[in-house]
Amino acid sequence: MAKRVGIETSLAISEVVAACDVDVVAAYPITPQTHIVEHLADLVANGKLDAEYIPVESEHSAMSACLGSVAAGARTFTASAGQGLELMHEVLFVASAMRLPVIMAVTNRAVSSPLSVWGDHSDVMATRDVGWIQLFVENGQEAVDNTICAFKMGEAKNVLLPVMVNLDGFHLSHMIEPITIPEREEISRFLPPFDYPLPLHPDKPVAMGDFAPPVIFSEAKWAQEINIRDSYETIIQTWQEFGQQFGRYYQPVEKYCTEGAETLLLTMGSFSETAMTAIDNLREQGQKVGLVRIRLWRPFPFEELRKAVGSAKTLIVFDRAISVGGPGGPVVSEVKAALYNEPQKPNVVSFVGGLGGRDVTREGFEEIITRGQEIAEQGSPNEFEIYGVRE
Amino acid sequence: MVKPENEFTWRDIEIGAIVTTPGNAIQYRTGDWRSQKPEYIFDRCIKCGVCAIYCPEGCINQNEEGHFVADMYYCKGCGICATECPVYVISMVEEVE
Repeated sequence: MAKRVGIETSLAISEVVAACDVDVVAAYPITPQTHIVEHLADLVANGKLDAEYIPVESEHSAMSACLGSVAAGARTFTASAGQGLELMHEVLFVASAMRLPVIMAVTNRAVSSPLSVWGDHSDVMATRDVGWIQLFVENGQEAVDNTICAFKMGEAKNVLLPVMVNLDGFHLSHMIEPITIPEREEISRFLPPFDYPLPLHPDKPVAMGDFAPPVIFSEAKWAQEINIRDSYETIIQTWQEFGQQFGRYYQPVEKYCTEGAETLLLTMGSFSETAMTAIDNLREQGQKVGLVRIRLWRPFPFEELRKAVGSAKTLIVFDRAISVGGPGGPVVSEVKAALYNEPQKPNVVSFVGGLGGRDVTREGFEEIITRGQEIAEQGSPNEFEIYGVRE
Repeated sequence: MVKPENEFTWRDIEIGAIVTTPGNAIQYRTGDWRSQKPEYIFDRCIKCGVCAIYCPEGCINQNEEGHFVADMYYCKGCGICATECPVYVISMVEEVE
């Protein structure tokens, strides 16, 4: 049986990627993802992981090498963050449209300028529409578990889509926590070998990444949309199977103290754990508050979100990214779209915060909830507010 | 030949739009890009084949009389053959079809 050990989340991800018997890692180091790829390089160099480690010259090359690797039928992992994720941006579209299940950890980081190596969700939100399955995790154990699940979801024959496992840079990636890393043998019972149906092979030549004239491009895009939509069932099923074997269950939309809650806070990522302590505190004071966390960002769980927030009076959405000149945060934009046609829906209030690594404490979330309730009753001159910004 | 591309639905597309039939670019009718087409006065033709060598589409073939003629399924009407012909056999005229 696997032991529960104190380990940095980044190193735990590397260890579990190795335990998933990855064939190829192509990555370029960038803060705060560095420890993941450094440790994978160590494991390969020390002979503990029998894999090809490709030290590429940029993130664009990293993702390109990953495409080639998956196309040849190899289980492939990479990791990036911030500017690095943006540098691989165009190749991300190719991975999903070509149905190449690259698995990537993203240690979410702010995007320049001003230069910030610290965490927020600006990087992943800029890659929202690249067609990847996108998961958010809240602690080290979830990062490990969902990395294993990502391989199984992404590589499933009816899915074949790249998967991004998002974890907050520093706040989570550099945290030392007690984590259970399943043994190789346990994982191999859960995760079947990767079997890509149309690999590049001289015996049966195929052409990948061809061009499509206008007469066929729409059909190719619709096929992609149906594909990621249908992947939803497999994602749910994978989490269920994981829970049955390992005893830890995951949902596309996670709920905390939502029973009878009139005000709901909605978060994504590791700040959710701080938000939970705020909810505990307010509940003790007799306030009817609860927390909803989106774990599955793409494909977006419309139905589950509606079910989770539909009966609340006020829904306060906390975004760790700003859509400059837009509706505030990308998450609130999605949430509002999901609720627009509902006959009964909560009053949605938007906050942006935790930008570029700034902490939001338990007291901070309590302030956000109080202020959110005020805005819900009295309105606000602004479409959204940045929590804690000095005016 | 597989069914025409305008009859393809999304269900007909292989995963990731992968092409599983190598060499199927031969079905691609580049001829419908054409706004000009070559016309020939073969009396002058010396059957040198320079036009076929220069054709970027590789679509000029020698016929039974030994003259070099473009395959209009592929000819894009670029006019390079007309420019390169040393004896002015070829002239480009407007495509009206």
